Amino acid sequence: MGNLDLESLVIDNTAAGLFRVNRRVFTDPEILDLERQRVFEQCWIYAGHESEIPQAGDFRSRQVAGRPVILVRGSDGQVRVLLNTCTHRGALVCLQPAGNAKSFQCPYHAWTFSNHGELIGVPGDDAYSVAFDRQELALAQAPRVESYRGFIFIGFNPQLESLVDYLSGAREYLDLVCDQSEVGMEVVGGTQLYSMRANWKLLVENSIDGYHAPITHQRYFEFLVEMGVDAARIRRMGRGKSLGNGHAVIETAPAPGGRPIAAWAPHFGEAKKAELEAIQRRFEERFGAERAFKITQTNRNLLIFPNLIINDIMAITIRTFFPRTPDYMEITAWALAPVDEPPDHRALRLDNFLTFLGPGGFATPDDVEMLENCQRGFANREVEWSDISRGMRREHPLHNDELQMRAFWRQWHGLMTLSPTAPIEEAQAVAARA
Amino acid sequence: MGAIAVQDVQTVTRPMIEDFLYYEAALLDEWRLRDWLELLTDDATYEVPATDTPEGDPRQTLAIVADDIVRLRSRVEQLLGKSAWAEHPRSRTRRLLSNVRIRAVEGEHIHVTANFVVYRIRFEQMDTYVGRYEYTLVQRDGALKIRQRRAILDLDALRPHGKVSIIL
Repeated sequence: MGNLDLESLVIDNTAAGLFRVNRRVFTDPEILDLERQRVFEQCWIYAGHESEIPQAGDFRSRQVAGRPVILVRGSDGQVRVLLNTCTHRGALVCLQPAGNAKSFQCPYHAWTFSNHGELIGVPGDDAYSVAFDRQELALAQAPRVESYRGFIFIGFNPQLESLVDYLSGAREYLDLVCDQSEVGMEVVGGTQLYSMRANWKLLVENSIDGYHAPITHQRYFEFLVEMGVDAARIRRMGRGKSLGNGHAVIETAPAPGGRPIAAWAPHFGEAKKAELEAIQRRFEERFGAERAFKITQTNRNLLIFPNLIINDIMAITIRTFFPRTPDYMEITAWALAPVDEPPDHRALRLDNFLTFLGPGGFATPDDVEMLENCQRGFANREVEWSDISRGMRREHPLHNDELQMRAFWRQWHGLMTLSPTAPIEEAQAVAARA
Repeated sequence: MGAIAVQDVQTVTRPMIEDFLYYEAALLDEWRLRDWLELLTDDATYEVPATDTPEGDPRQTLAIVADDIVRLRSRVEQLLGKSAWAEHPRSRTRRLLSNVRIRAVEGEHIHVTANFVVYRIRFEQMDTYVGRYEYTLVQRDGALKIRQRRAILDLDALRPHGKVSIIL
């Protein structure tokens, strides 16, 4: 690794209340190479949602963790993630982005694979010796595939702990999202495929950053006020939490931009007020007042380490991203919604989504701008450190502190230095000093 | 050359539509966005579908942009203000339109399609948006106006563009 001292890349000094990240982590190609092995290949990586492949034979072909894969529900109903490369000489066997198929035929030499990955057809197979083993030549699969409430993850390390164990404290936050329907949640048609000329870890930080919202997203809040939102409602309060294994969340209330489930905002129109109140009452009956408030009135920005964001805010977005180079990432975002949502409410949800989220909304483009600006700034190599100390002295860090970023960085640092650390309890460190 | 005077949609010709669309493009490239709003009806909509669902209906499918006139007016004021960081400082744009075709005249509506290339330049980076427009035009107070405006991208992803922060 040349003169790359991985240990020194993160300064984590809870006693002094100082947390610094060396900006080389955003620019160095060697660090990105190591991240591929030590982070992405050692963690559960989001691949898709079960609702995208509901029927036997349904498939989606896409890039996950930099690899072309086929997410497919086999004829046996089981979800598999096949590596999209012919075991003959490498061509992609599936070129369609979505569809339904019993088999995949390679366009190069017509080797044919079942939708379970088995090699079922080889033209002229009499040309091979007995050493030719069709079973060995099945399409490769991601070594581990597991789902939690519809969210499909893959792992490249066969020794990974179970997905449920991996999710740790993030699981209850996924439940707050998935409990919004008794029938189930589905990914809505229409995918936002975009990019940023910036390091992927900047988007991790930005997606769970409460501090930037009033400034970076000033025009969105001005829009809300223009639509009749009470300015007092815009001053939300909340907490940042570390959930274990690098996962983190910020929770804030109230939700000034409204929530399809279930907080009204003036731009929804008066007619929707009663309906949203009725939805909230139903949740109170199902879950009791406290949990209902959490589900229906609280916004949450959730990070599942390393690169999955689920923001349950003015709508629900699933966002995942992967670096092509240290200064360029590709991002995919979807809307998640209750399967049984009435069409008018679905339309409201999608409309509200676009007021903020996505590459044409009133907020995401400004995040793209900010992160690309940071990446340009990193050319000043003399400025070596980013400061991520905000709220280190607070017993209960706020949504606009930076504990949630520190949770990510501590996990990242432990994986990169091959020394997983015990969870740091900043609050304990603060209390111990008291 | 300003608004295109039209008394009867049946008499509209392709050169008149082209003049109208070139005028619209000039307003957008010159950032005369309030003048551009004047070309829209009070019930106008502006849509940019997601790249993988070009025929998508924004009520059922996630899009990139789906503005009604209220949102569009806000978008214009944001872009002319100081806090739309993605456009402050402003990008330079240059729209090229071609293949303008009148597809149908139905009642008061003129259905028009055209091809577009929009170049967006900022910080020495140029992003190229390619696609086709679908317009529904009407006559209001003796002039052509836009009732529906759909910009359907041929890009299969906003990569490396990252965003659509201008009005396509």
